[in-house]
Amino acid sequence: MAALEEAFTLPGVPLGAGPDGLLGVEQSDKADQFLVTDGGRTVILYKVSDQKPLGSWSVKQGQIITCPAVCNFQTGEYILVHDNKVLRIWNNEDVNLDKVFKATLSAEVFRVHSVQGTEPLVLFTSGAVRGLEALLAEPQQTVETVIPEGETIKWTKLFMVFKHPILLFITEKRGAYFAYVHVHTSGASSRHALALGPEDTSVLHSFAASVDRKLISLITFSSDGGIYETLIPMHPSDPGKNQVAVRSLVLKGIVSDKAQSGVALSILDRDHLAVLGTPLSGGKDCLSVWNIKFQTMQASKDFPQGTSGQLWSYGEHLFLLHGRLLTVIPYKCEASSLAGAMGKLKHSVEPGTPAMSHFVNWETSQDCGLDSQKPELPRRTLRTKNVAVSLQPAVSAAKQLLLTIKNGTEKHMEVELRKFLAAKQSPDFHTAVGDIASSLLGRCKAEPSFYPRGCLTQLVQTHVLSHSLCPGLMDLAVEKADVQLLQLCLQHFPDVPERTTCACLKLFLSIGEDRLQETDVSTESVFHCGDAGQEEPMETQKEILENGFQAEGDQCRDCDRGLKGKPLGSAEEASSSPVTPKRAALLNAVLHSAYSEASLLPHLKDIPAQHVTLFLRYLYFLYLKCSENATLTLPGTHPPSLNQIMDWTCLLLDANFTVVVMVPEAKRLLISLYKFVKAQISVYSELNKIQVSFRELQKLNQEKTRTELYSIEVLELF
Amino acid sequence: MGEFRVHRVRFFNYVPSGIRCVAYNNHSNRLAVSRTDGTVEIYNLSANYFQEKFFPGHESRSTEALCWAKGQRLFSGGLNGEIVEYDLQALDIKYSVDAFGGPIWSLAASPSGSQLLIGCEDGSVKLFQITSDKIQFERNFDPQKSRILSLSWHPSGTHIAAGSIDYISVFDVKSGSATHKMIVDRRYMGVSKRKCVIWGVAFLSDGTVISVDSAGKVQFWDSATGTLVKSHLIANADVQSIAVSDQEDSFVVGTAEGTVFHFQLVSVASNSTEKQWVRTKPFQHHTHDVRAVAHSPTALISGGTDTHLVIRPLMEKVEVKNYDAALRKITFPHRRLISCSKKKQLLLFQFAHHLELWRLGATAAAGKNGDVLPLSKNADHLLELKTKGPENIICSSVSPCGNWMAYSTASRFFLYRLSYEHDSVSLQRVPKTPAFLRSALQILFSEDSTKLFVASSQGPLHIMQLSEGCFKHVHTFQPPSGTVEAMCLLAVSPDGHWLASSGTSAGVHVYSLKQLKPHCTVPAYNFPVTALAIAPNTNNLVIAHSDQQVFEYSIPEKQYTEWSRTIQKQGFHYLWLQRDTPITHISFHPKRPMHILLHDAYMFCIIDKALPLPNDKSLLYNPPSLTSESGVVRRRTPHAFKISKKYKPLLFMELLDERTLVAVERPLDAIIAQLPPPIKKKKFGT
Repeated sequence: MAALEEAFTLPGVPLGAGPDGLLGVEQSDKADQFLVTDGGRTVILYKVSDQKPLGSWSVKQGQIITCPAVCNFQTGEYILVHDNKVLRIWNNEDVNLDKVFKATLSAEVFRVHSVQGTEPLVLFTSGAVRGLEALLAEPQQTVETVIPEGETIKWTKLFMVFKHPILLFITEKRGAYFAYVHVHTSGASSRHALALGPEDTSVLHSFAASVDRKLISLITFSSDGGIYETLIPMHPSDPGKNQVAVRSLVLKGIVSDKAQSGVALSILDRDHLAVLGTPLSGGKDCLSVWNIKFQTMQASKDFPQGTSGQLWSYGEHLFLLHGRLLTVIPYKCEASSLAGAMGKLKHSVEPGTPAMSHFVNWETSQDCGLDSQKPELPRRTLRTKNVAVSLQPAVSAAKQLLLTIKNGTEKHMEVELRKFLAAKQSPDFHTAVGDIASSLLGRCKAEPSFYPRGCLTQLVQTHVLSHSLCPGLMDLAVEKADVQLLQLCLQHFPDVPERTTCACLKLFLSIGEDRLQETDVSTESVFHCGDAGQEEPMETQKEILENGFQAEGDQCRDCDRGLKGKPLGSAEEASSSPVTPKRAALLNAVLHSAYSEASLLPHLKDIPAQHVTLFLRYLYFLYLKCSENATLTLPGTHPPSLNQIMDWTCLLLDANFTVVVMVPEAKRLLISLYKFVKAQISVYSELNKIQVSFRELQKLNQEKTRTELYSIEVLELF
Repeated sequence: MGEFRVHRVRFFNYVPSGIRCVAYNNHSNRLAVSRTDGTVEIYNLSANYFQEKFFPGHESRSTEALCWAKGQRLFSGGLNGEIVEYDLQALDIKYSVDAFGGPIWSLAASPSGSQLLIGCEDGSVKLFQITSDKIQFERNFDPQKSRILSLSWHPSGTHIAAGSIDYISVFDVKSGSATHKMIVDRRYMGVSKRKCVIWGVAFLSDGTVISVDSAGKVQFWDSATGTLVKSHLIANADVQSIAVSDQEDSFVVGTAEGTVFHFQLVSVASNSTEKQWVRTKPFQHHTHDVRAVAHSPTALISGGTDTHLVIRPLMEKVEVKNYDAALRKITFPHRRLISCSKKKQLLLFQFAHHLELWRLGATAAAGKNGDVLPLSKNADHLLELKTKGPENIICSSVSPCGNWMAYSTASRFFLYRLSYEHDSVSLQRVPKTPAFLRSALQILFSEDSTKLFVASSQGPLHIMQLSEGCFKHVHTFQPPSGTVEAMCLLAVSPDGHWLASSGTSAGVHVYSLKQLKPHCTVPAYNFPVTALAIAPNTNNLVIAHSDQQVFEYSIPEKQYTEWSRTIQKQGFHYLWLQRDTPITHISFHPKRPMHILLHDAYMFCIIDKALPLPNDKSLLYNPPSLTSESGVVRRRTPHAFKISKKYKPLLFMELLDERTLVAVERPLDAIIAQLPPPIKKKKFGT
């Protein structure tokens, strides 16, 4: 998100800016200080944060500055050229420009460029480039002519790329434009013709350029009103040949090309472009910041007194001439997010038209910025399988369905939905499903009697819905005590919040047995050992004994005796499930759901004590069943894992321990749980000891199979 | 495909030398690596990390510093006090210049590449001008008290930083005087250590100097004021190397504990412009000291005493997430160190300073797949030949008949005649080596052992006729006029009519040995050749390139064969192209002309040209479980590539006869066992 901040003007000496505006604004070697060269004879050094000039220098009457003053970052001196050929170098202490170092050159200078990290470069009108040091060593040296007869330099810019200065300049000859890339360290230079599009009549008005690792991105404003980007390679593959650089449209129709003062561009960062010009609708000059990736305007500012059509940006400041005063506008460009970029353009939703989708389809809307005009093949295959399917029918089916939801009957709706789902899935299928779900929920809220369970179940079963796509769905199901839908949601949604998980758990524990019998809950995650356990209770008990559990014969006998309850209670509890299979299936769904402990704990405290006890008994039962076999898993398809069981047991006890110890029934459960865990621990410690011995045996075995330094073996190749 | 009896040899006691320096060249994307025995290797990172060139080591020329200058020129400095420039075309040492400052510890080329700075034992920093064909001493900087271990130029070329013992000096290049002296804290975790050695410095364009030292610190200094800005204690042992990326937004350091740390310049808070250096990622790919690191635009490169060269790509810099983005570990040289005499079943092992000749054993038993057969005769160590002089052996070869043996160092060529009596072998040097046989990059005997082919370092190929106890010069093929290109690979056809040679860059040249004139040149290919062989009968030249492509070129018809065209049209299997070691040897089945045997370090493959080629959907590597199943399953997916990964790391593999293979393995464990012990780190407790 980019923003323009409050502008301020640089006062002091009124600038004698002519009709052509300023000659240039350049950075000096100290941060926050800028050299401003006006169109006539004066150079002023400003400190921007203090809004005051630090120094001012003028050339003699009759002389005219032809090239903006720049700072030599290596020495801290300032350089300017007046009367095309006379080079002046001075520093802060000098007062009179007449008395400072002077060098008269043999050819006309177009610009002197200077950036951090390299010596200044002098570009002659003939296209030749010289380093300042080399030039000063022999000022009268002849310079060669690089650009052909008739071409004139329109615009130039210097970049530093990997410590190498690279100079870009644009020339024009009878409506044809050429870009020259000059790498100063190697002396290599290449020439590219700028293609102007089908009708070669357009004129390029203004330029801006930025540099990536290997490419220079040249932004131009063309007289046809479009802003174009041209990518020019820094190191062309075939430097000898004339190359043609093709442009692509970035923005169109945002400023008028008929403005008096022209249009200025400035690249703020990768995604942001500042455009100064008159809007198409006419009116005053306007500065706007555009996000070219998302094609949105981020900020704008009007300049009623007119501008000179020039714009400079350094650091976080934009400079422009408003009226006759130099205005500084601080700006900020932050990494663009889609939400931020949507920014200033408000949606105007007319009541009659179908609303825009609320959901963004990330798989298709990426890269929609610059590439939208020339869709490329996706570099990696997207996860969506049906990219090539025609969008039109699905979209219209979705629209039809949305209309039906507004005022159709439940039956009608279900038929329509089935039709929609039967059609091939389109790339934006899940946004469509999200829209349908949220409009269904909207109607449910409006009409309390309306509850399209069939539709909702179908939608959840598409596997594309998630909690964040339809936030109200599970709350509604809890309200309606629709355990079947809740089970589906818990199974299919990856992002159920802990509050909702807990609400489901409460409902599953409290719902009456008779109501549960009516529902059609999938019980595939429950294993039917309740019956088996009752048939052979002795065997089960024996197995537990084998696993190291001994109800008697340890220190806890005293506690047991103290209870005087059922001494074999634990074994009985272990053999039969404390809940019916349907309830067990629902609880398993909760056990499977994802959660984070810290968020779950406060909600678990709200569960009533008898329900906690019931759940705890169920967990204990599962734990016992788990420990019965060597792999520590439960039979059946997709059962809860041992870790899930243990984690939930610990969480439940953490949340409700003080309550549970007070309930007599729960107390007995706790003691048997404690004994069982203790027994398991002792078994595992024994197993650990054995494991070490096994590892040693394995090592011995490996040594035997290790081949000697030399052997002859038989190998069969297939 | 067939059953083979495999001589599985693990007694090649080869230990690569540790890596001393690495230098990365951004222009050509090449990496120069110097080892502790003075060997310098050049890796082409664009050509699948292939080791293109190497300069043999020398006992007195240990290399302590290595740098690229003026684009493509490579310089090194070492303990003998000489600066050496390497000739990358002729694979020779161009010249060496004594710097007169005692051992050279550091070397740095100026950002423009026209000046070379060296740091010496006597505390002097010397500036050399690099001229077009030599280097010329320009002047000394202010002498320092103790040795200069590290040097770095400011990117503008106006200042340099020099790391010495206990302090860092900043010099003004124009005046040659020290402008600042920054004293490094000797204390290490509160205990005063004897000395603090500045192993590496880096000068950034904003004036920051980064130093790494023997107390385990990475420190940031402000060179304008000479003050310490920030200090990171990252290791309990020395931090020995540092390398900064070109953009100066990240750097890498290597420690004596084998850890490589990546530092990055990151914003203090999101959307803030203030940035600071943060240690981001530690990598533990080494067990021993990391003596040298380099930072390419997309990868961190490190090497050290444990002899591995590790190239770790930076995932955020890699544009396409393909197989090139995987971690590379290069341990073995990409050239052959072993030659074999098929007739006498001999193996000749080449070490840095000696050669070993072994005779393979025998067995009378037979067995089925996977069996280890009882030996009736064990392998014999026949001979150990030590070289004279300090130079390393460049190449060696034993003739197919087993009666001749030749090797070469950088300045001398040796040919021996071997005679066998029962179990003993006697050795006799063939005298009167002609003067032009000074050094050889590759030696090859013809199949009938009557001719000897020698590729010498400036480019010419010599042909010698061998007869009882003497040899005479037959002909020399000069390289095309005006070019100097050393030939590294040779292949001769079994019928003795053709000789193929390949250099480091251009294509493969084929010469007719009957007419003694060049026959043709195989069209040049972008990637260097890694192995070369000529098939019997058909005289097809098989060429393997570093990008894992294999071509077959018919010499008599001067064109690619039909099979080669077919496989180029269809393309190799993607898994074949993803292998990360080059094919180092190609040979042929004496009885089955359709079979080609080739191997790299981790697999060997017999290509059966008669079978259909695999496409990307078929299994390239047959899973081992398949071999145990019935033939019905097997026959369902037959394709031309029969690959076995049973032997690895595989340094050499050859068909001795139609039913016998020899495979030379060098297990990594055995190499590690011979390295000095690493710094002991406690795993548990305090």
